[in-house]
Amino acid sequence: MRFDWQWDFAWEILPRLLAATLNTLLAAGIGYAIAVVLGLVLALAQRTPWKPLTFIVREAVEFIRSTPLVLQIFFVFYVGPQFGIRLSPWTAGMIAIGLHYSAYLSEVYRAGIEAVPKGQWEACRALNMSTRDTYLRIVIPQALPPSVAGMGNYLVGIFKDTPMLSVIGVADVIFLAISLPAAGLVRLFEGFVRRKMGM
Amino acid sequence: MDHGDYPLELPEGDRPMVRFMNVTKRYGSLTVLDNLCLDVAEGEMVTVIGPSGSGKTTVLRMLMTLETINGGIIYVDGKPLTHMERNGRLVPADERHLRKMRSSIGMCFQHFNLFPHMTALQNCMEGPVQVLGLPKAEARARSEELLEMVGMIEKKDQHPSRLSGGQQQRVAIARALAMRPKVMLFDEVTSALDPEVIGEVTNVIRRLVGEHNLTMLMVTHQMGFARDISDRVCFFYRGKIEEQGPPDQLFGNPQRERTQQFLSAVKEAD
Amino acid sequence: MSIWEFLQTYGARIIDGTLVTAAQFVLATLVAVTAALAAALGKLSRNLAVRGLAVTYIELFRGTSLLVQLYWIFFVLPLFGITLDKFTAGFLSVGLNIGAYGAEIVRGAIQAVPKGQWEAAYALSMSPARRMRRIILPQALVLMLPPWGNLLIELLKGTALVSLISVADLMFQAKQINASTFLSAQAFGTALVVYYLLARFLITPAMRRLERVMAQRLGRA
Repeated sequence: MRFDWQWDFAWEILPRLLAATLNTLLAAGIGYAIAVVLGLVLALAQRTPWKPLTFIVREAVEFIRSTPLVLQIFFVFYVGPQFGIRLSPWTAGMIAIGLHYSAYLSEVYRAGIEAVPKGQWEACRALNMSTRDTYLRIVIPQALPPSVAGMGNYLVGIFKDTPMLSVIGVADVIFLAISLPAAGLVRLFEGFVRRKMGM
Repeated sequence: MDHGDYPLELPEGDRPMVRFMNVTKRYGSLTVLDNLCLDVAEGEMVTVIGPSGSGKTTVLRMLMTLETINGGIIYVDGKPLTHMERNGRLVPADERHLRKMRSSIGMCFQHFNLFPHMTALQNCMEGPVQVLGLPKAEARARSEELLEMVGMIEKKDQHPSRLSGGQQQRVAIARALAMRPKVMLFDEVTSALDPEVIGEVTNVIRRLVGEHNLTMLMVTHQMGFARDISDRVCFFYRGKIEEQGPPDQLFGNPQRERTQQFLSAVKEAD
Repeated sequence: MSIWEFLQTYGARIIDGTLVTAAQFVLATLVAVTAALAAALGKLSRNLAVRGLAVTYIELFRGTSLLVQLYWIFFVLPLFGITLDKFTAGFLSVGLNIGAYGAEIVRGAIQAVPKGQWEAAYALSMSPARRMRRIILPQALVLMLPPWGNLLIELLKGTALVSLISVADLMFQAKQINASTFLSAQAFGTALVVYYLLARFLITPAMRRLERVMAQRLGRA
């Protein structure tokens, strides 16, 4: 099998490729930012003394973690309009990724918080610190450093998952050409071959 | 006795700094403290000794409100600690009440529990600034004075990981004192230390006893130290005070068989 | 349309899709376990070529995303004369992807078996292969089962991507129903719930049970 690489076509689509890539990377970046913050909220919500909240959040995290991201992306994108909320593919993708990874990050934070020694909590009590200060000034600063490795892994994971956004058309198929080099090339080639052969 | 029957406040003239009345603590089916009654007078130094599992540490932890109690009541400075008044009756204390009452109590722990991400000075300033709302300059002056007293002023900018156990414990004492508590609790503060640095911590406590009018409650395994500095020693056995008295009497002429057994066992181990 | 009417109308297709997903799951699991075991042993091998091959596989499949791998295996391999039907390409991709992660788990578990066990087997003059099979792997198995439980959930989720090469799995059916009816909440919602039920009430309990059985066999329970 032989293909002809057509430079003029490649140049022609380059701006579109770049724009699509930028858009998707931005969605991933913002999605991650959502996940970093929402994950902490989910982790802290599981530590409130109010049991029903703890239970609901725990189950929600389990649910998000055990269902496929690609399905969640579809769900967020298509279900909104049914209730009158129209989301652009970009927004939907961002929300889905943010939600999905916030469940994972909440587990990272949870482990980090649980690893803070009991003595630290007791020292805060002995100094009569409020719950808010205990978390903000003592517990979270100690829980974050050990969480960084896990947070980094999931950042890599998000970038690996961004091609999935193509399923709802955040980037058109051409985006796949850059994020999935080989597969994309095949598609481009297919296009060329078809065009040349008048198919 | 229902907790509604305890006085809302101890009467003038009968107001020890700390009073345990019929305090009971259970973990599941295990009773750690059984109807404990104990008074500590203002400025008094009371040491609690006893075999492990006798409930002695629990006494301090309840007073610091790290543990809830299952029965009885604790008063601090005449006011109920574990309970609060509602419509003229005592009900179990809520977090707000506990926070208000806790401010008069300070505690030092076996494992120091310094905040690892803060320097010695920051550890001492944390409570005064965040909890008491002191201006930074004032909190700093107070903290430096206390670090000076415990002999740690040169190390004030070090993080705990750079300090020895004895040094960490001295910073922890300064940190607790910076809150200006009326009652100080020492929970086996020398148990995690290497033998050669125990002296530097006990010397600080000795100075406190000599120079300040603090009420102190201490759990320790160091009998010699307890004998030196206590006004009174309580020997705990199976969740009860088996025997108590002035140190010379309790160590020199113990009346109860359990006390004699414990003291001779400790002496043999030395 | 109520959810009950929806299920009455489209339940059969949901079930068809679920069965395809289950088949993909089982086959991909077989691929993943085989690949993980081979790659882990390869990475621990003294033979440089074998080790290189194992490391390449692991890094390649862990370093890129499953979607890329799926497209490669389905669209690119044919260029090299290897043509796979979409069903096979599907479970093969998912299995190989998860297998690369599994390899690290297997390797970690093998290396976590105490040194004394290796030495004891050596002292009995067992051959390396017999030592691995009779002494080390059974003990490593107990250690690696809990992380495998999590990995199998990831695998189940991974199978949803095969719908993108038109394997008629649960995800694919949900998409089809959505496209023809616009009942998005019902279609995707039902699929989400089915995946959740499979993960939470089938895979997780099964793995827990396997953990107990294996622990008992080793006399640890």
